[in-house]
Amino acid sequence: MSLILGILDSGGAAASTSSYESIATATGTGSSGTITFSSIPATYKHLQIRMIGKITGTGFYRDDLYLRLNGDTGANYSRHQLQGDGTTASAGGAASATYIDCGRIVSSDSAISNVMFIAIIDIQNYDSTTINKTVRIFSGSDANLADSSFRIWLGSGAWLNTSAVNSITLRPASSESFTTTTSVALYGIKG
Amino acid sequence: MATTYEKIATTTLGSATANITFSSTAGTYTDLVLVLVPKYVSTTATKLTINSDTTTNYSATWLYGDGSTAGSFRLSNVSPVIINYFNNTSAQSSMNIVNFQNYSNTTTYKTFISQNNNAGAGTDAGVFLWRNTNAITSIKLEPGTGNYDTGTIATIYGILKA
Repeated sequence: MSLILGILDSGGAAASTSSYESIATATGTGSSGTITFSSIPATYKHLQIRMIGKITGTGFYRDDLYLRLNGDTGANYSRHQLQGDGTTASAGGAASATYIDCGRIVSSDSAISNVMFIAIIDIQNYDSTTINKTVRIFSGSDANLADSSFRIWLGSGAWLNTSAVNSITLRPASSESFTTTTSVALYGIKG
Repeated sequence: MATTYEKIATTTLGSATANITFSSTAGTYTDLVLVLVPKYVSTTATKLTINSDTTTNYSATWLYGDGSTAGSFRLSNVSPVIINYFNNTSAQSSMNIVNFQNYSNTTTYKTFISQNNNAGAGTDAGVFLWRNTNAITSIKLEPGTGNYDTGTIATIYGILKA
């Protein structure tokens, strides 16, 4: 016996809720290495970023993806991550860092031309003005290649600042740009 | 602000069933989130097939922990792709949450990530690739062996963007 359910996109979806809302979206331009969501309203409890991404440049491993809050480029972040490269599980981290690491974004190398990096990034209680901000990262890429550049990544980051988050910036580690196939969506979750 | 996170379909099996398929016709949403709480008749894991593609266009990379050891594992050129690193026995409970990003775009291969929690065996996270630029129009879930048992729950949600 098999079971075939519904249609994914009938437009006749079941009951919806209003506690998870789209705030803004951004796409890569092919010539800029920065995506910033600014003037984020403090009307939600949590934020979630959902991304597919790629950067210019070649080489299977080109860059990590950096996240910064409120334009702060100081050494006010810390992070830990657990990652798997297909062969080995490893852990890493940094204190007094200048960014939160969101994993290894894929390049535009011709051998992986249709492969994308994806990420889900959660920022809990971003509107608080009494606690430092904690970020959760779940990201990865797979290219059907036996190469350690392609990884599954579980990360945590902290921004050691009690200000409410009003802007989020994503950028690759180097001067590469986000490709036009990059798409980033920011959502707000009510509490 | 638009409402963006919607349940599309769900089922709770009332009898043993070989597979569960979510099918679609067009791309209303941006992302899909699949939540599976399986109950198996025999010790196995869940296999996933997209758009009925049974060629070896799938690959996977896992990160896992079994209570004493953490590791990573990769499978290339497989079909279908197994979304759990750990097998479930029929007595074990588990949960899988699979995220399909930009599932309806027609310019890139489809990457999806999953977190799988099985307190009886281990926990794992996986990133998967379907090497096809077509929009995802159906997702088939099936046990590696045997059937899904009564009580298995599968739900799929759609997420819109601005």
